[in-house]
Amino acid sequence: MTLSALNADVIVDKLNTGEVTATDCVQHFLDRIQSHNGDLNAFISISESAVEQAESIDQLRKAGKPLGCLAGLPIAIKDGICVAGQPTTAGSKMLEKFSPPYDATIVEKLKSAGAVIIGKTNMDEFAMGSSTENSFFGPTANPWATNRVPGGSSGGSAACVAGRLAPVAIGSDTGGSIRQPASFCGITGLKPTYGSVSRYGLIAFASSLDQIGPMTRTAKESALLMSVIAGFDPRDSTSSKIQVADFLKSLESPLSGLRIGVVREHLDEGLDSEVNTKITDSISVFKQLGANIEEIEMPHTKSAIAAYYIIAPCEASSNLARYDGVRYTFRAQADDLEEMYRNTRGQGFGDEVKQRIMLGTYALSSGYYEAYYLKASKVRRMIKQDYDEAFQKVDLILGPTTPTTAFKLGQHTQDPLAMYLADIYTVSANLAGIPAISVPVEPSSNGLPIGLQLQGRAYEESSLLQAAHQFQIATSWHTANPSEPWRTQS
Amino acid sequence: MNHASNPQSTNRRVVRFDQSEIIIGLEVHVQLDTDSKLFCGCSTRFGGAANSQTCVVCTGMPGSLPVINQHALELSIRAGLSLNCQIAQSTKWDRKNYFYPDLPKGYQISQFDQPICGPGYLDIEAVENSSQPRRIRIERAHLEEDAGKSIHDESNRGQNSKIDLNRTGTPLLEIVTQPDLRSAAEAKSFLSELKLILNYIDVSDCNMQQGNLRCDANVNLHIPFGEEKIATPIVEIKNLNSFRAVERSITHEAQRQFEAWQENGFTIADAPKQTRGWNDHTQSTTLQREKEDSADYRYFPDPDLIAVKIEEVQIQQIKSQLGSLPSDLRKLLIERYNLKSADATVMVSQGRGVVNYFLEVADGCENSRIANNWIGQEVLRQLNESNQTIDQYPVSPQQFTELLKLVIAGTLDQTRGKEVLNEMVEHCISSQEAIKRLGIKPVDNRELVTLCEKLIAENQEVIEQIQSGNAKAIGMLIGQARKLNPNANPGLIKEMLSKMISS
Repeated sequence: MTLSALNADVIVDKLNTGEVTATDCVQHFLDRIQSHNGDLNAFISISESAVEQAESIDQLRKAGKPLGCLAGLPIAIKDGICVAGQPTTAGSKMLEKFSPPYDATIVEKLKSAGAVIIGKTNMDEFAMGSSTENSFFGPTANPWATNRVPGGSSGGSAACVAGRLAPVAIGSDTGGSIRQPASFCGITGLKPTYGSVSRYGLIAFASSLDQIGPMTRTAKESALLMSVIAGFDPRDSTSSKIQVADFLKSLESPLSGLRIGVVREHLDEGLDSEVNTKITDSISVFKQLGANIEEIEMPHTKSAIAAYYIIAPCEASSNLARYDGVRYTFRAQADDLEEMYRNTRGQGFGDEVKQRIMLGTYALSSGYYEAYYLKASKVRRMIKQDYDEAFQKVDLILGPTTPTTAFKLGQHTQDPLAMYLADIYTVSANLAGIPAISVPVEPSSNGLPIGLQLQGRAYEESSLLQAAHQFQIATSWHTANPSEPWRTQS
Repeated sequence: MNHASNPQSTNRRVVRFDQSEIIIGLEVHVQLDTDSKLFCGCSTRFGGAANSQTCVVCTGMPGSLPVINQHALELSIRAGLSLNCQIAQSTKWDRKNYFYPDLPKGYQISQFDQPICGPGYLDIEAVENSSQPRRIRIERAHLEEDAGKSIHDESNRGQNSKIDLNRTGTPLLEIVTQPDLRSAAEAKSFLSELKLILNYIDVSDCNMQQGNLRCDANVNLHIPFGEEKIATPIVEIKNLNSFRAVERSITHEAQRQFEAWQENGFTIADAPKQTRGWNDHTQSTTLQREKEDSADYRYFPDPDLIAVKIEEVQIQQIKSQLGSLPSDLRKLLIERYNLKSADATVMVSQGRGVVNYFLEVADGCENSRIANNWIGQEVLRQLNESNQTIDQYPVSPQQFTELLKLVIAGTLDQTRGKEVLNEMVEHCISSQEAIKRLGIKPVDNRELVTLCEKLIAENQEVIEQIQSGNAKAIGMLIGQARKLNPNANPGLIKEMLSKMISS
């Protein structure tokens, strides 16, 4: 069995026993990137120092030095997360030449656990998009069907894990940007509770919604990564001081007695019938595992997309103001200051980014603020109340991650609303700040992955990971790989 | 309509400037005396090499996040309490969005609708004999970060502008008054008292040369005109960085508004709020912009920061550590130490250190008048000359007390006392040592008699003058006596000579 077929926890075991060296392991995945990234465009840049880092881990191991729990494990990082001295573009021309002088907190933690960053993955520009087609560096292809999108914005991370160009990856999720691509690419993706993973070093899209999380083949691997990246960070004022759970330990507990809520409307309106069938089938798996299924109501979630597309652009319009051509970014030629601003931002940002900056600027303007931002914030609180009430009755909420399977490249690029609806089931968790995970279920008849979403109470990632893990013990959908060479799918 | 040709304008010419009332509100930006910036650990020291005190946070690097400086919060609460402000139970941060090259994030983190300090007031002394002490209401005080500094090429050779971000993120407290000030002198008095208070409570050194206290003034006039009172359009004068600029710009602006009103008759209802800049060279204000086309700052809560809860316990603890404020101390000096109001004001204006020094000496020598004379004159002069603060003054309050005790007892006269003090300062020694060094010793009665006899024998002409009624001539003898024996007490000599001459 080749290394790329193995799960990260198995690779770590083999590295620990010396069966495989970190150098060989990293080289193996670099070789796969070398051969396949041309087809997928999952990576924007490859780390030049990866092999060197792997070698030094091998030396430390040989010398009997204590090593971190991920020592030698290759990992891919979304390009919106700062890695010191490596290009960090956020998928934008604006940051094409930007190399941050510092590591994001999670990068620091991964490095000190011994993980080896092999490259930075493609994404929608500034994480704005659901298909990775909004990248300045070109779209990423879905390895299950290379004429289809991998989802977004963490499309590069999803595609590289599904295509086994990296064993595991890190993504970020503002409205579904981990879960939706995980669903489209047939992998597991966890959006943690807002505040449980530090945002320090994550290039902000919408600060009150952004959250970094793992994108892996299995729930167990996600638990492994969470045990490294979660926890309080004094550099992020919104990070929580709540004690980090033992994610790996709780995986093994059975689900008997677990109460799972299902929102009836989420399985009716606008949902692809095949997705509906596969999700419904999965519900019986959970029943067999001992869970009780209950119907619940979430009356305000129907307004979630509307609220999200006010709040996120408002925050983005402010967060992206710093890209003005004065420091570290692309700078366009101009004769005076105002022209420099106009040209830099006009040429440096893509259309979707500009559209959202304009939306947000408009919504925050004097005279509109109350009608848009404040109203949306009110809706947000009501959605949170829906969850609070639901979690009185149930432990988890189950539903589809996305209304459809992966759509074709170019299919929605002219129709932003259709694109925005790809996030319809995922944005609520961001608005409420709760954790949610997407796991693969039985694929569609034409072989495209389908994702099931579980949402849980704040800071109860461990329950999500446990339920996902138990589901993955009972099923094998997560073990499927797209056959190579990768094909298109009409 | 041509207002100037309106018959009303003739009537307006009849009104005199001194009949109108000046209405002034101030917005004061005070740099808080923290070691590090408001949202990162960078130093706030003044004068470092350009951009040497910056990090990923204050340069607005992508992905960086702000973390509130607890000390800045504490200093703001301290300032608020000293200005009798209500302290917020919960305060939050808002983004003020605008583009400027020295504003690295494209927004300033400030406070919009929940400032850390709510309404309060500051009492100021009467500025003239005719006026009364005034209570100036504070509307609010909020915390915000400073921007950086743009340095433009002034050579006209088309060089690039440069930006120094050392100051970016420095904590500022913006204190906003109600429009309660009624003259340029009152505005100045308010600022002096504010500065003194902030000094006393170690919130800010308010160094205006370094830009640690900057001020904007909102000014208009209320002019009695017939039965009504006309309010002129409000003008905000920006960036006043000296007390003199505040005083002069307000005086100038009031006059300008009066003349403009006489000319065009515009009232507050006719014109939007204007922003004008004070030009120190021309001593005049010039139009910067009308408020109508001012920026829309698109304030919204900063999602990177959480609201701060301030507990009553914390407020009480900070309150208990405030110490006496200048107004308390002036009252104390006047009522308990019998200082004249003017003397108390001078003493208190020197800062808490000098006041404490005075209190210790006055208590120790049990003579506040002499303590005030000596400290108010000698000590302040010496500190001024040596450019030292009271902490650096080489004579401790205990040593100073010992010296004054000798003066009070008559062991040392004023002149010799000052010689001793100079010696103490110069050599950092006690009064006893200084007396020894100067060779000062008591003169016994027999020596004095011999001295006086010698003076009388050698100065017959002077004696005759005295005897013929010129009492002042005795001063010449005393002067000679001091030359012959510097330790001779002039009072005793005078007494003895008078006796001997008249007998």
